[in-house]
Amino acid sequence: MDETKENRFMKYLRRERLPNIFCAGCGIGIVMNTFFNGMEMAEVPLEEVVMASGIGCSSRIPGYVKCDSLHTTHGRPISFATGLKLANPEMNVVVFTGDGDAAAIGGNHLIHSARRNIDITVICINNSIYGMTGGQISPTSPQGSYATTAPYGALENPFDLSRLVTAAGASYVARWTTAHPLQLSKAIKKGLNNKGFSFIEVISQCHTYFGRKNRMGSPIDMLKWMKEESVVKRKADKMDESELEGKIIVGEFHNKPAPELSQINCKLLEDKCTAGKSSAFRSAYQGD
Amino acid sequence: MKTENLFIQGNEASARGAIKAGCRFFGGYPITPSTEVAENIAIFLPKVGGTFIQMEDEIAALGAVIGAVWSGVKAMTATSGPGFSLMQEHIGYAAMTETPLVIVDVQRGSPSTAQPTMASQSDMMQARWGSHGDYEIIALAPSSVQECFDFTVEAFNLAEKYRVPVMVMSDEIVGHMREKITIPEKVDVLARQMPFEGPEEFLPFKAAPDGTSAMPAFGDGYKMHVTGLTHDERGYPDASNPEGHFQLVKRLCDKIRKHTDEISRVKNYYTDDAEIVVLSYGIPTRPSLKAVSMARDQGLKVGFIKLDTVWPFPEKTILEGVGGAKRVVVVEMNLGQIFYEVQRVLSGVKVELLPKIGGEIHLPEEILQKIKLQGGL
Repeated sequence: MDETKENRFMKYLRRERLPNIFCAGCGIGIVMNTFFNGMEMAEVPLEEVVMASGIGCSSRIPGYVKCDSLHTTHGRPISFATGLKLANPEMNVVVFTGDGDAAAIGGNHLIHSARRNIDITVICINNSIYGMTGGQISPTSPQGSYATTAPYGALENPFDLSRLVTAAGASYVARWTTAHPLQLSKAIKKGLNNKGFSFIEVISQCHTYFGRKNRMGSPIDMLKWMKEESVVKRKADKMDESELEGKIIVGEFHNKPAPELSQINCKLLEDKCTAGKSSAFRSAYQGD
Repeated sequence: MKTENLFIQGNEASARGAIKAGCRFFGGYPITPSTEVAENIAIFLPKVGGTFIQMEDEIAALGAVIGAVWSGVKAMTATSGPGFSLMQEHIGYAAMTETPLVIVDVQRGSPSTAQPTMASQSDMMQARWGSHGDYEIIALAPSSVQECFDFTVEAFNLAEKYRVPVMVMSDEIVGHMREKITIPEKVDVLARQMPFEGPEEFLPFKAAPDGTSAMPAFGDGYKMHVTGLTHDERGYPDASNPEGHFQLVKRLCDKIRKHTDEISRVKNYYTDDAEIVVLSYGIPTRPSLKAVSMARDQGLKVGFIKLDTVWPFPEKTILEGVGGAKRVVVVEMNLGQIFYEVQRVLSGVKVELLPKIGGEIHLPEEILQKIKLQGGL
């Protein structure tokens, strides 16, 4: 392989913003690669994509991508994305978020958007820790795992985000890890093509904080752990609870089309509009 | 649609004003005493192609509004004290990202949940300082149902002109009372400006000297990055640059501060020869004006200043209006908020406060008594 050959997805990036802020070996690089791969597989041009993100390492992705993007407040990007989508349903709205952003401070927005089945693709990079603030415990940290704010091990039960979002009403839900880039690309493709709320959970390595605190100091250790401990959902469904202890269940959790909010809303506007045309598209630019 | 005369509530007037001004998205959350704004707009918006959504909380409501604005529509929300508190996070975000939007805050008894069905003006300082950091917003204070309509229209135009959050500081009385109002066939609507430059040259966070800047929508090809972090003129994060931060925040403040005269709407009554001036805003301006005219009937040289815009604080206009008066009485429905601003501006004048909380408006007689209480009249 020619080592000087440029990554084929460089064309999607804001070159002037590179290098990025991510630690060498961070899972976010793999997620970005798989996102662009999935986007091409879905035949969605980047021109039709707008991104929103919250606060945290994962939420820095949109700032490097050459598309319109809102880097918003902690935990709330899905609420901004809801406004983006409803005001212009033509756009393909993608949210990048993390476990702290989506499951702790933003948990309410996550479940309500799933309930609405609004056509947004949420990619949640779950590294079980707060990376940007320096390694604090998160709502998805495994019980007993260590973090700066869990010096004696996590006391609480973690969220199973994919099951949570499935129960809340999302029409497409999948979980993979950064050790499964091809499966992940396919899930992103399906998520982008799904007209409804799509949630793709990516178990990812934060070797800098989670790894170091939990005896997996290198990204390779963590990728090996994810590969070895992953069980595909079809197989996991036949296993009992004790066999699944400490395992990462991967695969599609839900894939069933359902009525989507922005389309339902467009129908309402067509039915109720008495002003001749039902579209408010870019109406801010119209004078009196 | 022809000019209409209607007998409606202030909250409905705000909803109608918003739609007339071009609002085509409302993200809301129910809260007394503002709910009728959302209820009315939920009926009217779909009829003009606009979208209403009830979000899961007020934080999400304002988040959705900001998203809709960047999609190219004019958008608003309405709330009251407790919801206004929750919105502060995104008010700061909107100020930092120069996102034009309108918030109607129908003020109720505070602090905390206090008095849902009673009026106050207790959010005036929160409107100004509620989110963390140095930033500027614009706030108007309606005192009638007609002003609920007119000021909401004005709020949208000011928001678009300066790319800033604008607050209509209504209250439970003006929001719920019914009066006859006139809705004109046409109102002046300021359209959002597209840049002259193409995507390669355009800087989304560079303003003209007059404080205004163009704002394309997402999807227009400008590929903008919008962040609440300290950013450069392209919008790229630049959070560890002291000089860049100073320049950005100073500009965000100056675009409002330096245009206070253009933004301010202040009405003076009988101030030319006034020895005492009553100053108020919002609903207590009505008993205030009554009290002032009662005082005039009794031969007292009393004037009145009504602030239609409270923020940015119209310092120069107040100084001119007060002129040579010796005493100023500030009438407001809180225990003193704008009073301290007036005191700050009028350093050589005796400024007194006539506060009232509990939910009921001042009586003209109470104000007249205060006017006569001191000053040797």
